Amino acid sequence: MATQPGNVERLFGKAMKRREDPRFITGRATFTDDIKLPGMTYAVFVRSPLASARIRGIDVAKARAVPGVRAVFTGKDMADGGVKGIPAGWLLPDIKLTDHRPLAVDRVRHVGDAVAVVVAETPYAARDAADLVEVDYEELPAVADAVKALAPGAPQVHENAPGNRCFHWEIGDKAKAEAALKGAAKVVKVSLVNQRLIANAIEPRACAASYSPATDELTLWVTSQNPHVHRLIMGAFVLGIPEHKFRVIAPDVGGGFGSKIFIYPEEVAVSWLTRKLGAPVKWTAERRESFLTDSHGRDHHSQVEMGFDAHGKVAGLRVKTVANLGAYLTLFAPAVPTYLYGTLLNGVYDFPSIFCEVDGVFTHTTPVDAYRGAGRPEACYLLERTMDIAARTLQLDPAELRRRNYIGKDRFPFQTQVALVYDSGNYAPTLERALKMVGYEHFRTSQAEARAKGRYLGLGISTYIEACGIAPSQVVGSLGAQAGLYESGTVRVHPTGKVTVLTGSHSHGQGHETTFAQLVADELSIPIDDVEIVHGDTGRIPFGMGTYGSRSGAVGGTAIHMSLEKLKAKGRRLAAHLLEAAPEDVEFKNGRFSVKGAPDRGKAWAEVTLAAYLAHSMPAGMEPGLEETSFYDPSNFTFPFGTHIAVVEVDIATGRTELLRYVAVDDVGNVINPTIVDGQLHGGIAQGAAQALWEWATYDDNGQLLTGSLMDYGLPRADQLPKFETDRTVTPSPVNPLGVKGAGEAGTIASTPAVANAVLDALSPFGITHLDIPLTPAKVWQAVQDARGKGKG
Amino acid sequence: MYPAPFEYHRAASAQDAVALLGKYGDEAKLLAGGQSLLPLMKLRFAQPRHLIDVRRIQGLSGIREEKGMLVVGAATPYATLAASALVQAKLPMLSEAAAQIGDPQVRNMGTLGGSLAHADPAGDLPAVALALAAEIAALGPRGARTVHADDFFVELMTTALAPDELLTEVRFPLPPAGSGGAYEKYPNPASRYALVGVAAQLTVAGGKVTAARVATTGLATKPLRALAVEAALQGKAADAASLAAAAEKATDGLKLRAAAQMPDAYRRSLAVTFTARALTRAAKRAGG
Repeated sequence: MATQPGNVERLFGKAMKRREDPRFITGRATFTDDIKLPGMTYAVFVRSPLASARIRGIDVAKARAVPGVRAVFTGKDMADGGVKGIPAGWLLPDIKLTDHRPLAVDRVRHVGDAVAVVVAETPYAARDAADLVEVDYEELPAVADAVKALAPGAPQVHENAPGNRCFHWEIGDKAKAEAALKGAAKVVKVSLVNQRLIANAIEPRACAASYSPATDELTLWVTSQNPHVHRLIMGAFVLGIPEHKFRVIAPDVGGGFGSKIFIYPEEVAVSWLTRKLGAPVKWTAERRESFLTDSHGRDHHSQVEMGFDAHGKVAGLRVKTVANLGAYLTLFAPAVPTYLYGTLLNGVYDFPSIFCEVDGVFTHTTPVDAYRGAGRPEACYLLERTMDIAARTLQLDPAELRRRNYIGKDRFPFQTQVALVYDSGNYAPTLERALKMVGYEHFRTSQAEARAKGRYLGLGISTYIEACGIAPSQVVGSLGAQAGLYESGTVRVHPTGKVTVLTGSHSHGQGHETTFAQLVADELSIPIDDVEIVHGDTGRIPFGMGTYGSRSGAVGGTAIHMSLEKLKAKGRRLAAHLLEAAPEDVEFKNGRFSVKGAPDRGKAWAEVTLAAYLAHSMPAGMEPGLEETSFYDPSNFTFPFGTHIAVVEVDIATGRTELLRYVAVDDVGNVINPTIVDGQLHGGIAQGAAQALWEWATYDDNGQLLTGSLMDYGLPRADQLPKFETDRTVTPSPVNPLGVKGAGEAGTIASTPAVANAVLDALSPFGITHLDIPLTPAKVWQAVQDARGKGKG
Repeated sequence: MYPAPFEYHRAASAQDAVALLGKYGDEAKLLAGGQSLLPLMKLRFAQPRHLIDVRRIQGLSGIREEKGMLVVGAATPYATLAASALVQAKLPMLSEAAAQIGDPQVRNMGTLGGSLAHADPAGDLPAVALALAAEIAALGPRGARTVHADDFFVELMTTALAPDELLTEVRFPLPPAGSGGAYEKYPNPASRYALVGVAAQLTVAGGKVTAARVATTGLATKPLRALAVEAALQGKAADAASLAAAAEKATDGLKLRAAAQMPDAYRRSLAVTFTARALTRAAKRAGG
């Protein structure tokens, strides 16, 4: 019995298989679409085929006549029914807010904007009827590109946002940065596009709602990364449902990457419809709806000026970015290209000055919000691509240029030029380790040999910094967040000593049921099978903020840790009482409370837990039971970092890039489960490499999405990727007692510039300095043709 | 996701399938592996009222060698073609092309007959059928007939099959000694359809090309023989220089179909590159 004294295996740091995987790989998981309720009805949305139009009228008569159809509603019906617009959750000074109606009332602003909803007894009938809803559109001019949207005379997306400018935001010291650039020995100027991406979680968005007239309670199952936030915003601001009568459940969720943070129109509509119709209603997105309506990511145009002194030391940085926000402001949209982007522009380098200004711009496109990394990949790509261009300009080795400019390990905590204070860091060892792993010294020789034979190899380096667990609440509140960014963790010890953990974090692929259980089993010295992790249900769990921004380990894990500490303290006091010893003389070790120096005088964990619930003999003033809840509000972010190196070969005849090797040395602080951290990195690297090479959400001038299916949108596949060679350094975070930082987004942040730099290194014999990502074969081939036309290569 | 209503019929025999086709006429579509038809139906781009499933018809699938031909039943899945030792030995181009279609799920379901009858302009096997001078057998109310691959692909997704005919089998003539073929494909990174696919079949005697059939897919509205390449090869040495020179003519006279994000010059260049690669491997297999 593991609760007996002895050597209990430490699980923190153990590479355990994920406990949740058996149900996923045997088809026993419960996703939202698996929710089946008696009398279920099915919703299908009618969507605008135009990017910008006035709705002259909607004729639903034919749709209503389809057998099996229960109802057809329009935006006007919902507005008349008291449903309000979906608010943005982060405000900036002078921001222009949008009236984001769940169903458009008189204007549509992007292809896919919902205009009506059909509910029927089968999804087939609903779809048949949706095809018969006749919408009379007056097509209006559209603008999809953010730079064009800022130009005078561009079509207007919202009347209250002249020039389509939603906000102008600045950070850093403008005068200081400008002076630094003036005084610099060399200023590298680059214009960069960080293209728009679509998350494409494997499980499409879905929601199902049911209303009980008996209890007046509404239950919504939804593909959400943060069910409490869904409940709060939908209940209080959109639908007007009291929070205590509204339960939101995010069951098994198949990937989010940020796209399932936000409050979506379909979730609002389905929640409203179930009460209206007195029947459960379900909706599951088709993949093409995912492309058109899941919030997109990235979409920046930036002008960069990076100054260097005569010794190749960074002297200053000025960045001007145009961020495409799409047609409406979704939940975190204003924060992503500002506080999650501009504040990361210090990177890992010792800039004496930085100034960044961002214009957030409305366009007739799908809304843009957080997508894996959310602002940080944009900052990292900008810095690392510019560093490589600078290395070539300054005729310095790209590794050496980085080495010269890292913030020294003795400088932490480090106050950046852009508000953040880095908790800890030691960047150079990750570079040196990665260079050694890849065989950097020999690479340049083999690269030269290959070029002599007409083969174009390239190597790209990126040293990144990531900011996880954005906090503390007081600070983010002062910056415009309409929420706190703490996390809750309840540990409920049952009389038999078994444990149920209620966490406000939400797992949609992160493996919390394993890592959090490792923490608990370790602290209490109980078998991991005695620990159950419950998440994703507002009916069971105290208010929590959910999972995004690589925050769950650092914030959610710490909340659980705090509750464990409280439990152990209570257990010690109770055990001391039972053992007739002073509490300070009792220690908890290997699952047993015992008197120091007298190990025979002790009580097993389960004896104490039972005593807590029997309550036959309690210390004076102690309440029965053994359950603790903690809300952890971190004092700061955590800042993982690392160096990634990609090696590629570009086939000049086709322009196609093959990834030959990928080396990653990451520092995510203490590691709870190396298998899960590796998995997060592998997936992240694949996603980031795909941004460098294949993925691209692109619109035509009429606002039609040209890459609106998996036939056109280049998701990465296993056969396009090499074996990832990973290693780690460990610099524990001083912010939280676990010393953990976060690993969910690091791979995505680091890999895009590493791969892009590698391709451009391969193309350097052609005199090609920069190409915007994605570096598609056609683009690379064209650039090589153009270079050859100029006599290069 | 949810197709328009349709009725499902499982044909018991080829004759039964033809009878059902006759009965339902324009409202019917044949269903084999369904890898192209079902996605179109789910998107409601196709809304047939009747589906006639021919996949389980006895004798409609299988591979055999007969009278100097490799005969492949129309309902034979790509995966079977790819894995068949007989096909690998006799017509390696056919198995390597089949192995590059889609993903394992698609290859387990999609069929040779379905691919040819659907005639997707970026399909792989239509080009292979052209290069191998396949004879395509069909059964209709007027009986059985055979159409040569050269006459089979009429226009965009249109073949010589009559609406009431069922494609039953494909007969590939086994090439004489000294022959070799290869299929080279540049897949669209997203869809894995051929941005360019080139099927080349050469016969080499005494170091010279005595017969050549080359076909491309992905470029035009239908798979096409590259006649200029074939002419340039005829009687020429099967050496690197001649093959490369012939490959330069890969898109001579070819009208490119529009392709999003892909400049025409790039696609023509790819066609040349992949024709050269296909010819080189074909010549090597021919023992040249």
